[in-house]
Amino acid sequence: MATLPKSTDVLVNAWGPHLNRMEGPRVDTGTEPDRIVPTHCCFCGQQCGINLKVKDNLVIGFEPRYDFPFNKGMLCPKGVKRYLQGGHPDRITTALRRDPENENGFAPMPYDDAIARVAAEIERIQSTYGPNAFGVLSGASLTTEKAYLMGKFARVCLKTKYIDYNGRLCMVSAGAANKKSFGIDRSASPWNDILGAEVVIIAGSNTAECSPITTNYVWQARENGGKVIVVDPRITPIARTADLFLPVKPGRDVALFNGILHLMIENDWLDHDFIAQHTVGFEAVAEHVQQWTPKRTAEVTGIAEKSIRAAAELWGTAKTSFLMHARGIEHHSHGVENCLSTINIVLASGRIGRPNCGYGTVVGQGNGQGGREHGQKCDQLPGWRDISNPAHREYVAGVWGVKAEELPEAGVDCYEMMRKIDAGEIKGLLSICFNPKVSLPDNAFVTRALEKLEFFTVIDFFLSETAQHADIVLPGSLHEEDEGVVAQVEGRVIKINKAVDPPGDAKQDWRVIQDIAHALGRPHGFTFESPREIFDELRVASKGGVADYFGITYEKIEANNGVCWPCPTLEHPGTPRLFEDQRFYFPDGKARFNVAAYRPPAEDVDAEYPVILTTGRVVSQFLSGTQTRRIGPLVDQYPEPRVEIHPRLAQKYGIADGDWTTVESRRGTVTLRAQVVTTIRPDTVFIPYHWPGKKSANQLTIAAQDPVSKIPEYKVCAVRIYPERSEGSVEQQR
Amino acid sequence: MQEFFIDPNRCIGCQSCVAACSECDTHRGTSMIHLEYVDRPISVQTVPVVCMHCDSPTCAEVCPADAIKRTGDGVVQTARKPRCIACNNCVLACPFGVPKMKVELSLMMKCDMCYDRTSVGLKPMCASVCPSGALYFGTREEIEHLRPRSKPVNQFQFGAQTITTKVHMMVPRTDAVTHVDVLSAMEERPLDDVFEEIP
Repeated sequence: MATLPKSTDVLVNAWGPHLNRMEGPRVDTGTEPDRIVPTHCCFCGQQCGINLKVKDNLVIGFEPRYDFPFNKGMLCPKGVKRYLQGGHPDRITTALRRDPENENGFAPMPYDDAIARVAAEIERIQSTYGPNAFGVLSGASLTTEKAYLMGKFARVCLKTKYIDYNGRLCMVSAGAANKKSFGIDRSASPWNDILGAEVVIIAGSNTAECSPITTNYVWQARENGGKVIVVDPRITPIARTADLFLPVKPGRDVALFNGILHLMIENDWLDHDFIAQHTVGFEAVAEHVQQWTPKRTAEVTGIAEKSIRAAAELWGTAKTSFLMHARGIEHHSHGVENCLSTINIVLASGRIGRPNCGYGTVVGQGNGQGGREHGQKCDQLPGWRDISNPAHREYVAGVWGVKAEELPEAGVDCYEMMRKIDAGEIKGLLSICFNPKVSLPDNAFVTRALEKLEFFTVIDFFLSETAQHADIVLPGSLHEEDEGVVAQVEGRVIKINKAVDPPGDAKQDWRVIQDIAHALGRPHGFTFESPREIFDELRVASKGGVADYFGITYEKIEANNGVCWPCPTLEHPGTPRLFEDQRFYFPDGKARFNVAAYRPPAEDVDAEYPVILTTGRVVSQFLSGTQTRRIGPLVDQYPEPRVEIHPRLAQKYGIADGDWTTVESRRGTVTLRAQVVTTIRPDTVFIPYHWPGKKSANQLTIAAQDPVSKIPEYKVCAVRIYPERSEGSVEQQR
Repeated sequence: MQEFFIDPNRCIGCQSCVAACSECDTHRGTSMIHLEYVDRPISVQTVPVVCMHCDSPTCAEVCPADAIKRTGDGVVQTARKPRCIACNNCVLACPFGVPKMKVELSLMMKCDMCYDRTSVGLKPMCASVCPSGALYFGTREEIEHLRPRSKPVNQFQFGAQTITTKVHMMVPRTDAVTHVDVLSAMEERPLDDVFEEIP
């Protein structure tokens, strides 16, 4: 029974988001911290080093961590104010059960009773409908130990094939393309390689807002004489000073990069030796891009032909370069092709695996890298192993002490799981570190699916919009309440250190999972006493896989400010830069060119819905906002989503800056204030997606997915817009 | 000697400096930094404003209560609480718009370059966290090495008043920065009909 127990208003009033601000010991200038804990930020994939100041089991502030080499003390505002998620009035400190009779919709209950109830429901659903009737949703903000444990828990304890994670909304297009091209899914190069690059291409990355620390690397490259090319439908802060700005029409990235490759071939800006000796498949790609003449490329991408030619020349004639991309080109129904088309121009240049010659995908979530390596993905086992590969199954089953044939087969992506819930195939669900009601596209459907669950349990520290649907909420842990490792954007495995204990009945997530396993009477393999023990098993489970962690230990991480995988032996120093020997992770050692065929977006504009909607982030909020919408200073910075509209488009519809404006797609409508700016294409509007309910951009977005990566197409759908004149409907939005 | 350099061309408007300023141990909860869009309708350019620490501080010169003091090493401090009469003269007079009147405290507060930190060799909070290097604290040699495209300037003209400051502004050595524009980089002309209607 996963309908809301009370109205949203009642639930928000009781459980938040409320705003936590500096007060008490956090604002008292006389407070001396008991200790300073070096760790990392809880938010994005940059994983900046930070020192947390702790007083009486409360994080009271931060001190810059100058000695961590990636960020050298730098932080974005989320990192500065992250500590305000601790000691928060909304914090869940007991187990909760759904209770429509309770004035708050949920009643506290003893932790052990909650675990027993969860186990009983899992048992009931699985014995009634079969093991696959219970599914698991997990997340890439968890430490790698927890991510590993979630995969093991689903396969070994629950014996369900249905587990997937929110990296599905983040890294999977890049990951699939990396595997197809290089045989390994990781940024190929350390970020220091940006500094000496003659040309930096940034494709679909709002770098300054979503990975702010990278800005300094890019701009230092410019100081050193490098040229910066930004591909984006909006002039984001990183694009403001670009040497070349390519305002691509959303969804047309493949055309752009195929067009650049066309010009590279036409002008012989190719590394023939590299292509001949270290790659396969160039001929087919060369033949395919013949059709992408500058003229056609300009027509399809909407970018001036002269700018395309300038970009090709800058890239083609450079001696060193760095190409990075992010969700802007990845969140498409052809996200994998988009990434492949960028990799093709990297391979054609031969500039990879050497100093100042780099390629990387800008990881989104805190453990967006590590969280996609060790088995919480529906088709994956630890060490980037394949759950469909008999040898891989045999190895991992051996580590886990089970029979290979007992391991489930591959499941499906998280959105398909929602469809299976809707179809009645999945009856019960456990969710951790995921807020699908805000973060998945077409979220009216997601809500409908959640409401159909017979039993829904959520492990969380705040009652997220998704957790509001739960029958039982189990109190989990904040980032600073546990230890473990994550892998940041460079593939550098770093250590999160525990600063404080969880409050009340809240427990570290891995303990909660193990408690469920024990209550189910299936404790085998779930008797870890610490994250270190989990990590030591993970090291063995990943051994020999592509993502080999065997040579990494907590001590080695601490001593070296992180270790980059692959790291197969204890003596191995790690691998900061991949492909230095010009060998790629295929049996023949050669990288693959892949034909990237252009396909238009799943839903193109038409007479009825004539405007393109694209979505993204703002610097002061993070993903579905479960944490950042509860931090006062971050909310002050950008309190409400606004819809960005070019003045030409605004004038056409009679919309002035600040006007309430309705954006309507075939799936839903949202009414927000307009922000009229010339920094966006006139055929496109932009809405940031961090908010729930009536402010949610994902009421509009389409659930079209890439056929390979299954990433949703957040970056393009068709909408119509009009000024909202009816006062009543506007009042509802407030 | 470590000095403070502002490079507005690098500012990304993230407000990390504003957030970190309020974490400074001498004035926790209050930020002394202003960060504004120059003209958001046409650009995402933002500018962080910290105290420039003038050699002859106008704020101190206009203070009728002699509440604003400059340290021996040139840092202009927040008004002295016992002296400040909250008259707002300094707020109105500062050519850079730095001082803030904290009405609830009847006190002018302003950036003191994190005197508690800089006086013991630490970087100021804002220049520590700034993720784009728009606020930088280091030696002259470091900034010249890191930013060959710009030069530090610390003399400013406001009408007849020439002001020399402890803090430096990084100014491009060569041409002014080109304004990046969406329409001029586009091939097609969506909404041609609308274009034609606009004179």
